[in-house]
Amino acid sequence: MKIDIILCGVGGMGALSSAAIISKAALSMGMYMKQAETHGMSQRGGDVQSHLRLSDQPIASDLIPEGECDIILSVEPMEALRYLPFLNRETGWIITNQNPFVNIPNYPDLDAVLGEVKKIKNHILFDADAIAKEVNNPIGTNMVVLGAASKYLRIDIEKLEDAVRSIFGKKGDAVVDANISALRAGRAVADKM
Amino acid sequence: MDKLLLLGDEAIAQGAIDAGLSGVFAYPGTPSTEITEYIQDSKQAKELGIRSNWAANEKTAMEAALGMSYAGKRAMFCCKHVGINVAADPFMNSAITGANGGLIYIAADDPSMHSSQDEQDSRFYGDFALIPVLEPSNQQEAYDMVHYGFELSEKFHVPVMMRITTRMAHSRAGVVRKESVKNQNKITLPEKKNQFILLPANARVQYRELLAKQEGLIAASENDGFNKYIDGKDKSIGIVACGISYNYLMENFRDSECPYPVLKISQYPMPEKLLNKLYDECETILVLEEGQPLYERLIKGLLNKGKQVKGRLDGSIPRTGELSPNLVGKALGMNVKEGFPVPELLAPRPPKLCDGCPHIDSYTALNEAMKSYGEYKVFADIGCYTLGALPPLKAIYTTVDMGASITMAKGAAEADLRPTVAVIGDSTFTHSGMTGLLDCVVDNVPVTVMILDNGITGMTGSQKSSATGRIESICQGIGVDPEHIRVINPLPSKLEENIKVIQEELEYQGVSVIIPRRECIVWANKKRKMAKKAK
Repeated sequence: MKIDIILCGVGGMGALSSAAIISKAALSMGMYMKQAETHGMSQRGGDVQSHLRLSDQPIASDLIPEGECDIILSVEPMEALRYLPFLNRETGWIITNQNPFVNIPNYPDLDAVLGEVKKIKNHILFDADAIAKEVNNPIGTNMVVLGAASKYLRIDIEKLEDAVRSIFGKKGDAVVDANISALRAGRAVADKM
Repeated sequence: MDKLLLLGDEAIAQGAIDAGLSGVFAYPGTPSTEITEYIQDSKQAKELGIRSNWAANEKTAMEAALGMSYAGKRAMFCCKHVGINVAADPFMNSAITGANGGLIYIAADDPSMHSSQDEQDSRFYGDFALIPVLEPSNQQEAYDMVHYGFELSEKFHVPVMMRITTRMAHSRAGVVRKESVKNQNKITLPEKKNQFILLPANARVQYRELLAKQEGLIAASENDGFNKYIDGKDKSIGIVACGISYNYLMENFRDSECPYPVLKISQYPMPEKLLNKLYDECETILVLEEGQPLYERLIKGLLNKGKQVKGRLDGSIPRTGELSPNLVGKALGMNVKEGFPVPELLAPRPPKLCDGCPHIDSYTALNEAMKSYGEYKVFADIGCYTLGALPPLKAIYTTVDMGASITMAKGAAEADLRPTVAVIGDSTFTHSGMTGLLDCVVDNVPVTVMILDNGITGMTGSQKSSATGRIESICQGIGVDPEHIRVINPLPSKLEENIKVIQEELEYQGVSVIIPRRECIVWANKKRKMAKKAK
């Protein structure tokens, strides 16, 4: 079993935290993993991405080969499109928040962006911000998207919850609980589809 | 021991701690910063008393590391690739002195220039200085190689370079630690009293000794296990795979065995016997290098009269940028998969200054003050404020190397361009700006230097700046007239008065320094969070 994931967004939106949670969960399941991420200059409001590879066999490359990514998981719809050359044409999923993060003057027409996402056969396009607000965790959008993706990650949601506990434990129970409810609310969306 | 999930940078740091490191010396630079940060944050390193503060620049850092090696202890120096340029003087000459305690220089290269101004390949420096270079292909190897590197350094009394690239530095994987932690060396002074005195008469002897060590270093590359010859039945291509390019190669043979003979290279100088075997047995050679075609060129030879050697020079692989599994697959003539094309509507999202960043206010005031003087007169430097080149600010015209703002503004002023302004960050100023300012003062050139003091090394993620609390006294000490050292507060509400101060100093026909001082917004937020946590 092997699963290749690209997590993406804009610096500060939590894409790298989601990557850390999946990694932790995968490691606790004894899987091999490699995770390459963007640091440095791009983190200042630019596009950020993480290549996360999980397998029950040793993994060679830190980067996912083009055309082989199983899931693009994004907290922003246009950013999801940036990595389409990596997506597996037959079986790949795009799972993304539908609300744009507009910090550039030339952000394209939103309907056109969403239209491009919908062109991909396997997609979950939803208002993750609204769901995050519903569970009283307005900054938990990345957790909601991760929850929705968990259905296709082949990692038990309990393992992801354990990883959230372990990573956010230092910040107190309230933070842990808020993130776990966002995670579960996201999963509920995917389950209903 | 448990498997740790570590970035390549962190694996090197943990490897060094476990290998008896006594001190790490560095200036922050992507993608190398996390090595030193890991040691600074490590409880184990603290208990072991490992020194780890940031240095003013790469040259001072490397020289201090050399001093620690002189005293017999294990020392590590870390920088990004261009940092080796700054430290090139001690780098080249420490190859001649040789090391005493184990000495490792980490150079983190940035092919594709994710956060850099060039994609120079540090292996050239290793070859140039005639010292061994280690190039790990994965995080476990990075961890293990630090142990090996210290031993190699002490065995041959040479500094050892470890070269990594962005994907190695910033990729995480499981790493198994060694069972035991090596004790630090005690002070042991060099056996030869004149080893470190590079008077010409000594240096000639030392240089011959360095040359004499090469045979042993090549033998180490042949025999110590990091270079591997993996045979294959199909001799139509023999593949030399350096560093992480080996992973990209193997990714193409995930479900089958690689049919071609492969020479996996993670240690230089090149293992000549193994390379000869590959060359003799195969019809063509493909050289995979993450970086510049250093060994492709050497294997091919200047006259190119031997077998066909493929790589970056003949276009089998693009001449610039990082490698990837697909690029390697294509070079082998394999059918590689493709995903979907990127939709045309996609807009680039370049990095930008953060909301509330003091540099925005400094540039807004400067742009206003410069309006009557026209374009092309602002020389900038390396840091977050380089982003002032982008719209909407479009405030600067140069960014070349650390400290070049001041000296380029000086040279342009000496060509009678008026006025000229240098924009430099606080940490970059103490890194390489101070000596340039001294040149300005000595020649009394009319230059206005803006030292943007946000109290931190910002771009690399909030490292302590050597400049903090010292800028005015440094400028005064250098000889800038105290009346022309002006501190301003870069806030939107102070815009009018800040424009006025800048205009006044632009009119002054001597050296003036303006210090816009306000804390980096990212750092201010981090500090607030840390304070909350401490409560």
